[in-house]
Amino acid sequence: MIYDVAIIGAGVSGASTAWQLSHFDCRTILLERWADVGFGVSKANSGIVHGGFHHPVSTLKAKLEIRGNLMFEKLQYELGFPFQRNGILVVAFSEEQMATVRKLYQQGIANGVRNLEMCGRDRLLELEPKLNPEVVGGFFAPNGGTIEPYRYVFSLVEGAMRNGVELQCNFEVTQGKWNAEESFWRLTAADGREISARRVVNAAGLFADQISHVCGAEEYRIHPRKGEEYLLDRNSSARPRRVIFPVPSRDSKGVLVIPTAEGTTMIGPTADPAEDKLDTTTSADNMHRIVALVRQMVNGISTRDIITSFAGLRPVLESEDFYIARSEKAPHFIQVAGIQSPGLTASPAIGEYVKDLLKEDGMTLTEKNHVVQELPVRHEIRHETPETLDTLHKDDPRWTHVVCRCENISEAEIIEAVRKGHTTLDGVKFYTRGGMGRCQGGFCSAKIMKIISRESGIPMEKLTKKGGNSRLLGGVLGSAEVEPMPEK
Amino acid sequence: MIEDRNVDVAVIGAGAAGLAAAAECADHGLETVVIDREELPGGILRQCIHNGFGLRYFHEELTGPEYADRVVERAAASGVKFQMNTTVSDVRREENGDFTLLLLSEQSGVTRVHARAVVLAMGCRERNRGNLAIPGGRPAGVFTAGCAQKLLNTEGMLPGKCAVIVGSGDIGLIMARRLRWSGVEVKAVVEIMPYASGLTRNVVQCLNDFNIPLYLEHSVVSINGRERVQSVDVAPLHDGIPILEQKFTINCDTVLFSVGLIPENELAARLGVELNPATGGALVDADYQTSVPGVFSGGNVLHVHDLVDFVSEEAARAGRAVIRYLEGATAAERNPVRAGANLKYVVPGYYARGRDTVFAFRPLGVWASAMLEAELDGRVIWKRRCSHVRPAEMLLAELSGQLLNAPGTLEFRLRPEQDEAAVEEA
Repeated sequence: MIYDVAIIGAGVSGASTAWQLSHFDCRTILLERWADVGFGVSKANSGIVHGGFHHPVSTLKAKLEIRGNLMFEKLQYELGFPFQRNGILVVAFSEEQMATVRKLYQQGIANGVRNLEMCGRDRLLELEPKLNPEVVGGFFAPNGGTIEPYRYVFSLVEGAMRNGVELQCNFEVTQGKWNAEESFWRLTAADGREISARRVVNAAGLFADQISHVCGAEEYRIHPRKGEEYLLDRNSSARPRRVIFPVPSRDSKGVLVIPTAEGTTMIGPTADPAEDKLDTTTSADNMHRIVALVRQMVNGISTRDIITSFAGLRPVLESEDFYIARSEKAPHFIQVAGIQSPGLTASPAIGEYVKDLLKEDGMTLTEKNHVVQELPVRHEIRHETPETLDTLHKDDPRWTHVVCRCENISEAEIIEAVRKGHTTLDGVKFYTRGGMGRCQGGFCSAKIMKIISRESGIPMEKLTKKGGNSRLLGGVLGSAEVEPMPEK
Repeated sequence: MIEDRNVDVAVIGAGAAGLAAAAECADHGLETVVIDREELPGGILRQCIHNGFGLRYFHEELTGPEYADRVVERAAASGVKFQMNTTVSDVRREENGDFTLLLLSEQSGVTRVHARAVVLAMGCRERNRGNLAIPGGRPAGVFTAGCAQKLLNTEGMLPGKCAVIVGSGDIGLIMARRLRWSGVEVKAVVEIMPYASGLTRNVVQCLNDFNIPLYLEHSVVSINGRERVQSVDVAPLHDGIPILEQKFTINCDTVLFSVGLIPENELAARLGVELNPATGGALVDADYQTSVPGVFSGGNVLHVHDLVDFVSEEAARAGRAVIRYLEGATAAERNPVRAGANLKYVVPGYYARGRDTVFAFRPLGVWASAMLEAELDGRVIWKRRCSHVRPAEMLLAELSGQLLNAPGTLEFRLRPEQDEAAVEEA
């Protein structure tokens, strides 16, 4: 069987493209290198829906950012992921910084962003009482917001799959051969699996350069740029209402204070070049750097509130812009590369843009007669009233069995995640939030592992954190040889 | 329909603390329910299959589950009702001073309990890698010591093959031995302080007996590995700062964290209970009553204890205070109690004139001997010499009501008399 389109990479770009294509008569397959979707760049992300003022509209990334920003309400209505348009404040603490603020504001106006508001100190403190009162001025972008990026990817993929898109995880494309005679691509995975498709979309994030290379398309280099983030307890008194941005630097939009869509507070990210595309380590120096920076902006940030930290890598091209185009070297091959910030914001528009490129490439896209436009409502007990919980309990008693105490996640939610194919501990965690709270799985990970094992049939000792060799346990008690006690 | 139920006392948590408080109340004829998430009452004792429990309270050495069985039997015999597999998802104080608890459980779904008094006995959670923001990668194989203990002792699963333990808290020390006995190699225990944070007897029985090295004044500066832990980098500390030039690598596939406990006071916060930043627990008076009338607290959720025996004793006192409260006794006087020199905290945070009171402390250092003193408005009213003082071991002082005869501020302090080193040299 030959697919019409193979999308390499199930991050925000690939997933958004899959969701777009799933509305048309088009056999699409989504190929993901890791054990679950969104496990690359998309997972470790600030989760910001940007306001369209950081980059000049002459860049592709700004065009798609502005368009993408407008598409989230509809997508959220259809797919039901956590998203809030709570607004962005860019704040300055000196007259010198105010010059940059004015420039950004002007750029936003020039980009056609509506409702931007220049603010003096008092107005800023009214909009955000948690700000350091030494703030000088800034502006308010009410169109900005926050989103849970992994949940967004899960939703897009789930929606696409309901409309017939297929998904293969742990599919690391190592070879791509164009069969000119019969006009299709043959993609081979590291484990030997093969699939064929008429067209390829290269949305491989950090590895887009390698995919392009093995497919004989353009040669370019993706430079990983690391961003560390630190997550604060949901009880942190520092949680602001809005996303707080400093004035940006050349390489990044700066270190932010982010009220996440799920009620926690995140501080970060850094922006430092990394050597290794798999290097997601964090460092003590960067933690101190981040904390010092955000403390200048917002009151009440304490290292005692840190519950976890992580790092993600931005896939950066030399040009610093997105590279989304039909390959000039390889036939029927679409490049979606360099999707760094504001890639998440732009992603709904990236999916559309790629769809249009496929049309340009000669693909006939006929709308389906029956499209699943909306995912069924997903119950999450943390958001339900006691009366709804009572009803859910009658349906399945496991709705009122709380497994994760910190984030309030029921056994029924864990089971739903496993049945949808999320069988790693991280997959279940990102799908349900189980283990994401202040105890970081100290109490619930043993329970969650038992549920995954029971529902999936994978023995406990074979369960992994995130696929591959990330085995969670060392084996069954009694399987290891015991050394005798040393002589005194 | 959500079922409603009325009781006199709702105890949240069926560990040693909750069971002791509940037994006192039920003995007195109060209708008492203990609510707990787990299937069996007994709390964390259930996974502590080692011995060393009960020497003080039962005058014999018991394992954790044996201690749990005894206190469960005692509570059941008193008429305590158990509501297991149940999570308290909300608790509120009504206008009339009673409390409404919203309960979730697989068996009975959503129910409400109305109680005249509430005892907070939720215990602790473990500090984890995330709280310390230990640098490095995010591989599998990183556990809190208690989580590994649960996996090993209740699920029969080994956490890995070769471990390094970060922190020398009691659970970490006990787990070092437990892992060794299960065939898991233990490469090292790494502690940032110049002394072990666990009890001395555990250092001797769990590390020394197995030649497991204890690196004092060292810190794990990186956890290495992408999929599964491959090694940790360890560096000596100078004034609390790691000397990275002297760091060394220990290969291992497992890292356990035993770096302290945090009282689980999220429900307390929901009730508006005032907390003591030094303990992480509620600020209580001589009756273990919190700032919210009718809400009492005892055991590890109040402050972290080293021995379960002390937990049982303290929570039983809280239980007896609940009885007095429900009989209409006036609240205990609130004269402030302060932790002075060399003490991290003192519990309770208030004293009442004329009331016999047991005060609990954590020392801030290690001394061969030190004088524990109580001063009431400039006058030393009580003192006792303590030997073998260390932060791992809680100090207790029982002051009679006759001594506490004046209003004012009561301050406890520890006056060091002899260093540990001096004793060793002698």
